[in-house]
Amino acid sequence: MNYGIVAYILGWILKIEGVMLLLPGVIGLGFGEKEALWFFISAAISFAVGVLLSFRKPRSRKIYAREGFVTVALAWLVMSLVGALPFTLSGEIPSYLDAVFETVSGFTTTGSSILREVESLAHCTLFWRSFTHWVGGMGIFVFMIAVIPLLGGSTFNLMKAESPGPVVGKFVPKVRNTAVILYGIYLGITVLLFLLLAFFGMPVFDAICHTFGTVGTGGFSVKNDSYQSYAPILQNITTVFMIGCGINFQLYFYILARKFRLAFGMSEVRAYLGIILVSAAVITLNIRGVFDTLEETIRHAFFQVGTIITTTGYMSADFDLWPSLSKTILVILMICGACAGSTGGGMKISRIVILLKTMKREMDSIIHPRHVRKIRFDKTPVADETVRNTNVYIAIYCAIFAASVLLISVDNFDFTTNFTSVAATLNNIGPGLNAVGPTKNFADFSVFSKCVLIFDMLAGRLELFPMLLLLTPKSWKRY
Amino acid sequence: MRVIVVGCGKVGTSIASQLSQEGCNVTVIDKNPLHVVRVSDTCDVLGIEGDGSSYKTLEEAGVQEADLVIAVTDSDEKNLLCCLIAKKGGHAATIARVRNPAYSREAAFFRENFDLAMAVNPEMAVAAEIARVVRFPSAISIEIFAKGHVELLTFRLASDSILIGKTLYYIHSHLHCDVLVLLVRRGTQVTVPSGSFVLEGGDILSVVYRQGDEVGFFRKIGIETNPVKTVMIVGGGKITYYLARRLLKEKMTVKIIEQDQARCDELAEYLHGNVDIIHGDGTDEELLMEEGIANVDGFVALTGLDELNVILSLFAKSKNPKVKLVTKITRIGFSDVIDSLDLGTIVNPKDITADYVVHYSRSLHASLDSNMEALYKLADGQAEVMEFHVKQTSRVTGRELQKMKLKKNILIGKIYRNGSSFTPSGPDTIEVGDSVVLVAKTEDKITDLEDILEG
Repeated sequence: MNYGIVAYILGWILKIEGVMLLLPGVIGLGFGEKEALWFFISAAISFAVGVLLSFRKPRSRKIYAREGFVTVALAWLVMSLVGALPFTLSGEIPSYLDAVFETVSGFTTTGSSILREVESLAHCTLFWRSFTHWVGGMGIFVFMIAVIPLLGGSTFNLMKAESPGPVVGKFVPKVRNTAVILYGIYLGITVLLFLLLAFFGMPVFDAICHTFGTVGTGGFSVKNDSYQSYAPILQNITTVFMIGCGINFQLYFYILARKFRLAFGMSEVRAYLGIILVSAAVITLNIRGVFDTLEETIRHAFFQVGTIITTTGYMSADFDLWPSLSKTILVILMICGACAGSTGGGMKISRIVILLKTMKREMDSIIHPRHVRKIRFDKTPVADETVRNTNVYIAIYCAIFAASVLLISVDNFDFTTNFTSVAATLNNIGPGLNAVGPTKNFADFSVFSKCVLIFDMLAGRLELFPMLLLLTPKSWKRY
Repeated sequence: MRVIVVGCGKVGTSIASQLSQEGCNVTVIDKNPLHVVRVSDTCDVLGIEGDGSSYKTLEEAGVQEADLVIAVTDSDEKNLLCCLIAKKGGHAATIARVRNPAYSREAAFFRENFDLAMAVNPEMAVAAEIARVVRFPSAISIEIFAKGHVELLTFRLASDSILIGKTLYYIHSHLHCDVLVLLVRRGTQVTVPSGSFVLEGGDILSVVYRQGDEVGFFRKIGIETNPVKTVMIVGGGKITYYLARRLLKEKMTVKIIEQDQARCDELAEYLHGNVDIIHGDGTDEELLMEEGIANVDGFVALTGLDELNVILSLFAKSKNPKVKLVTKITRIGFSDVIDSLDLGTIVNPKDITADYVVHYSRSLHASLDSNMEALYKLADGQAEVMEFHVKQTSRVTGRELQKMKLKKNILIGKIYRNGSSFTPSGPDTIEVGDSVVLVAKTEDKITDLEDILEG
């Protein structure tokens, strides 16, 4: 482990966060809020610590896989600890642990909240909550690689550790250009959504926050009832953009590069859209009668399916009151998640597809023991290593899931609450069912359970391995 | 510049990593997914798994937009096919590694008909490198410009040279040599010197001259240019063949020791002149002594085994302390240990091949949007020697050099006009059709001949 480079990169991350913390401060000043001061103070602390850490350039600039994974996990943790400071300092979230929960939930684009009530919060606090979604959606390391040319080629190991999906590829030969393209697309979508929301009548501040929450597939709202009271057109726009941000960004790159055949041939995206259509259709049938008109039924079915599969976590209707079939479909979608290479969380469609194909191959190999067969994805054979990695990923996922449910069951909530709260945090969704349903929150959990859920959120966003490696003593050894 | 490298062996990896560091957008192609992953993880390049001689793979790698395609797989045929497809599928310049001597003899035909920018033959490149070392042991490197009419030679000034403490004017005024010092490197300091620059021992000088002019110069300053008259080569592979041909052309006496009878016959068939081909075991001490290892001027260890080459060189040195040694080592690991042994010049075919290709790519990169013909980096890239071909009249043509205000740190070394080259002085002018060789600091970012003017 090259401690020098880890400290150096952490320093840069904190410097970037320091600059980012100025934004809510400025917004607060604009609204004349006294909480703004605490954002500036936090910004100064973050920047100062960052400068201190990155003061000495490390002798070796090499980032091997192990440094990459540990640095990313550690950075996300430290970033959240620092990002929680203004919440507690300003007194808006008195308990520091709650503030950390809220910040982790923000950066990991989960959207689970411990706040019973958000409308009374200061604008700068609300802005920071939503802004963390935007930063966490595409990833802070991708941002760092895009704007700061500091480490050269070996930054790919950082990007690999932060980007979701079984295989992380580059669009263009240079890591930096890839990062710039990703953020360019991301920024473009963000601006477009903001303009649409503002144009169709959402108040500007609400539009900003909800834009961040939607494109980052986060889910923090500035309203207690999330999207329920917004106009149908705003709900529909948000549905489209949520689903759009759950698509692998490679598709947008292909479209920009005018490679339409490749773009529309992406089997993951087709499977993803297919699942959305089928799920929404079944739910529409299942909940007919709950709403007055067919339009309303379809709109809410699509909104809920979109918000859950992309792991955003907004809601336009309290789906906790829906029939059991619909709720079960939504819980399955929670685990299934969005596409690899998107801003969404969950297990990722591509992993599910690979898993299903592995199952089929295993069955074939029972029928024909000498059968030699490759698993194909997008018409190309998947490397055996990727298949193995996917299987292990799912095994670890189940293990963490089971352990978390077990650990938080000491709080004595009912099974549905425990199960869905782990599902909602590990998959970075936000709301679960029952006591953590869309209209409820996570405030009543004990300190211990909150820590478990914080771990789940980080593990889910970083795709399990970085957080596990962070806790493995072996990865901290010097050799 | 967009570059596609086909084949991720040692050479491919080395080329990809160097070009990527210099700012090119590099895509690598290899059949073996492990190789692809290794390269794309460690160097900042895009990796594609697949067959480089299939159009589909090349298309995926973006051959339509590529500026350069380098084929360095282990098969000559595949490399040529790959370049052919790349040429038809895009507009890239192509480089193929072609190592079979049968094809090498037809290199010119290939270049013309396959439209190859360059056919690299590693063995031939190594032979050229060894021949250069043997011919001029003190030179660090020799580069050619203006179709071979102008040479750029870099060498270290010995501490007992007569030039120590003298100014550069002295070369002209007292030695009467038409040799121009373009660059002096002292420690990490790099200077484009003026005439009043005073030389010190240990300085590394880069000089330009018309080919042939250097002999007198080096004789006058006391550096023997051609001390090696007899060379012993152990091992009779392809490199030996190319090397022997070159050395024989320079009128040296060559002795080749080769184990395999059939190969000896072949060599005897192809090589003629002052050459002895000995059929015998090169590891036999008795044989080496018998063939006069103790009295030879140059000893070149070219067997297929690195370890054996090391031992042979050490043995030669122990019997003959004054011998000029060249040792071939293909796998360079533990380079610190190897450097600590007295093995003379170490040549690594793979590194040399990669360097050749990288050099070419650099000048292609430089000439992409300008009229630059060639570019050579000196002193770890701190300075550049460039050759410009003047195609049209501009602000620098037709005016006397002394009347133009040139940037600091720029020195025009040679002008090549109508088949001969000369060192320009104040009243000379640059004309359309000339080739101009000049040196500049890299930080000045000269990309066009007009850039040399102040303001």
